[in-house]
Amino acid sequence: MKEENLKALIDCIVNYFAHTNDPTVKVGTPYLINAINEISADYTGTIAISGAYKGACHFTAPSALLRHLILSIGESDTSEMMMEDAVGEVANTLSGNARRELGHDFIISTPKITKGTPQDLNKQAKGRIYAIPINWKSYKASLGIHLS
Amino acid sequence: MMIVDDSRIIRQKIERECDQSIFNVVGSAINGEHAISLFKEISPDVVTMDLTMPNLDGIGCIKGLVKLDPSCKILVISALNDKATGMEALEAGAMGFVTKPFSALELQEALREIIED
Repeated sequence: MKEENLKALIDCIVNYFAHTNDPTVKVGTPYLINAINEISADYTGTIAISGAYKGACHFTAPSALLRHLILSIGESDTSEMMMEDAVGEVANTLSGNARRELGHDFIISTPKITKGTPQDLNKQAKGRIYAIPINWKSYKASLGIHLS
Repeated sequence: MMIVDDSRIIRQKIERECDQSIFNVVGSAINGEHAISLFKEISPDVVTMDLTMPNLDGIGCIKGLVKLDPSCKILVISALNDKATGMEALEAGAMGFVTKPFSALELQEALREIIED
């Protein structure tokens, strides 16, 4: 995975939160992890990547962030179903937006949602796994990505 | 207007943020297959269409809807923001494209453009 791929994803994160009612998001320096469960929070939305790249993008966030995010886009229902929907939609949007830089052959799947630590995702992750830390309001989320 | 998106949050956002003095949301579908079946029942003039969906994606759905009603006005609302995808959607029969994440203003302007076209 190249540095410019990570830069493209960071730009997508900044752009995503710029469309919320609090556009101030701090995106930390990407770092290597051994397994996705090192960063997993309450909910994880996973997008499988195929085509010219193979791998996955995982957006993982605590319930409190998702609840706040849902409210910030004008939705009052913060039920578990809506939090699952939100984590999947963020994962989908960040991965989809990356196509501007990564191209039409960066093919994304529909989101798969897991609650809690997604053990099975560690088995799927091959090669280097990068974690991009995201701080929005007082909450910490991450984007985990492994591509080959 | 009919909204097609597999995310409930996005369906509700579109319904809330479209200009309700112009658009009346008559139905929502959660994937391409559902959209085609609902379209036959309610015959909307305007459709907003996600692209990445299970059970028939947005491009396949656009082609299906255009076959049913070539005059239907379709606005794609998708996170897939590369030029080739935009061209593919327009060639399939869509009339406009809004990239997720989007603001209420971007949505309203894009919807107004397709109905004035």
